[in-house]
Amino acid sequence: MSLFSLNSFYVLAGVFLLATALRVAMDKEHARRWSTALFWGLLGVSFIFGGSVPPSVVGYWVLAMTVLAASGRVAESRERTTSKQQRLESSGRLKDRLFFPALLVPAAAICGSLFLGRIHWHGIRLIDSTNGSVTSVAIGAVLALAAGMRLTRARALVPIGEGSRLLQSIGWALILPQALAALGGLFARAGVGAVVAGLVERALPAHNPFVAVAAYCLGMMAFTICLGNALAAFAVVTGGIGVPLIVHAHGGNPAIMAALGMLSGYCGTLLTPMAANFNIVPVMLLELEDKNAVIRAQLPIAWALFVFNVLLMELCVYRF
Amino acid sequence: MIKLIGIFVIAAGFALRFNTLLVVLVAGIITGLVAGMPFNAIMEEFGRLFVVNRYLTLPIVMMLPVVGLLERYGLRERAETLIRSAGSATAGRVLLLYTGVRQISIALGVNVGGHAGAVRPLIAPLAEGAARVRNGTLSKRMVEAIRAHAAAAENVGNFFGEDIFIAVGSILLMKGFFDGLKIEVSSWTMALWGIPTAIAAFVTMGWRAWILDRRIALENETAPAKAKPKAL
Repeated sequence: MSLFSLNSFYVLAGVFLLATALRVAMDKEHARRWSTALFWGLLGVSFIFGGSVPPSVVGYWVLAMTVLAASGRVAESRERTTSKQQRLESSGRLKDRLFFPALLVPAAAICGSLFLGRIHWHGIRLIDSTNGSVTSVAIGAVLALAAGMRLTRARALVPIGEGSRLLQSIGWALILPQALAALGGLFARAGVGAVVAGLVERALPAHNPFVAVAAYCLGMMAFTICLGNALAAFAVVTGGIGVPLIVHAHGGNPAIMAALGMLSGYCGTLLTPMAANFNIVPVMLLELEDKNAVIRAQLPIAWALFVFNVLLMELCVYRF
Repeated sequence: MIKLIGIFVIAAGFALRFNTLLVVLVAGIITGLVAGMPFNAIMEEFGRLFVVNRYLTLPIVMMLPVVGLLERYGLRERAETLIRSAGSATAGRVLLLYTGVRQISIALGVNVGGHAGAVRPLIAPLAEGAARVRNGTLSKRMVEAIRAHAAAAENVGNFFGEDIFIAVGSILLMKGFFDGLKIEVSSWTMALWGIPTAIAAFVTMGWRAWILDRRIALENETAPAKAKPKAL
């Protein structure tokens, strides 16, 4: 039991998503208002009731949302915001106090990880300790909103309108991370990982200890690029290449291998559109034109760090 | 081999620029069908995992109303004003500093930041503001480059700091994996071996930040027709 469970924040987020759907539905100038409203409405309902309706129902909702998005029926409405001139005026008036609500979010994260997870009475926890950092961000967002409303004295509907403007600029890409995580789960159930590991094993002459290291790191990176998740890649690639070849056949140090192998996987995460929450959602959030802009910026970093990881593992894994 | 069809669907779908969501769903359905799952079971699995993974979307949705509200009242404009008073600030230095703060805090187990929580409302405007102080105006291409690097600073700081903290998911996963194989591995050793790459990541980010600053300075020199500083 916990007082602020993740579920209460799912409901809160769902209400905001439904409010966005309602705003879109009431917008007579919106060319695609019914289908767009349906998309946000379904997402809102899946947030509020996702835990209590049968999973297959949610599956068909996701199918419906995908069809709406793929057929171009989810479009932005024109939410009005302030002009540059107005924003300069109010920023001159509110000055650095504008930062205060924004800084409440990291402050809540710090408090959350230091204290909140440990507070409990009679077995009832204050927050869910399993998803502590997500809960802290959610609590921080609510506190920041309250502080922001007090500071700006805005009308109650203003944050809903501004929030739904940003939500619509992200658009359907918002649910991409969830869909990709679901795909990863299906891949795991179908046993895709073992097949890929077998292929890598056969394709590379991994009997030389140094080639084995390169094959393992390359496998971690390539696999992460395919799945979008280094954690999913780890068990398969380490089980298929790392443990049998580096640890058992050549006596390498498993801790060094695992640490640097995982970090090689992270280099893959920097390169793949499959890691949508890191590489695609920010493109929408920052309103970039090039869908691959973030990956492009990360490309030199990812390769430099990959080479570093391979060299470090070559030098150390058989010595310590 | 046939099980890999999902990965080929993804690769082909991305290459042909189909709607990403559609590509993902089709890849999932085909993979499930090939593995002998009935359509309804595939939908059930998809729905179950979609619900379990709502936490991926939650922080963004929760942050949007407050970010929108503060932006409406001039948060981004204020960030630009603030950075103007810090004379030595450049876009690259702002981003490198953020990467460093992100790495250190997450290595201590504190997850500050995020694309919605910090990059959009604070870090990207600070970096853009720092560049504007020097250049007066920025081309659209340069604004894109600065924002993309701000997202990269967040990802690099996040990924190459967290493995130093022993209670993070990835270290627990590795520990659990080796426990299952009865191989003795210490979480502390794995966390320790994350440090060299963390330092390398900071240095690499510094290199990219330096190049970004050079590009910004170069644009300033080659576009003398534009208004010099002081203008917005």
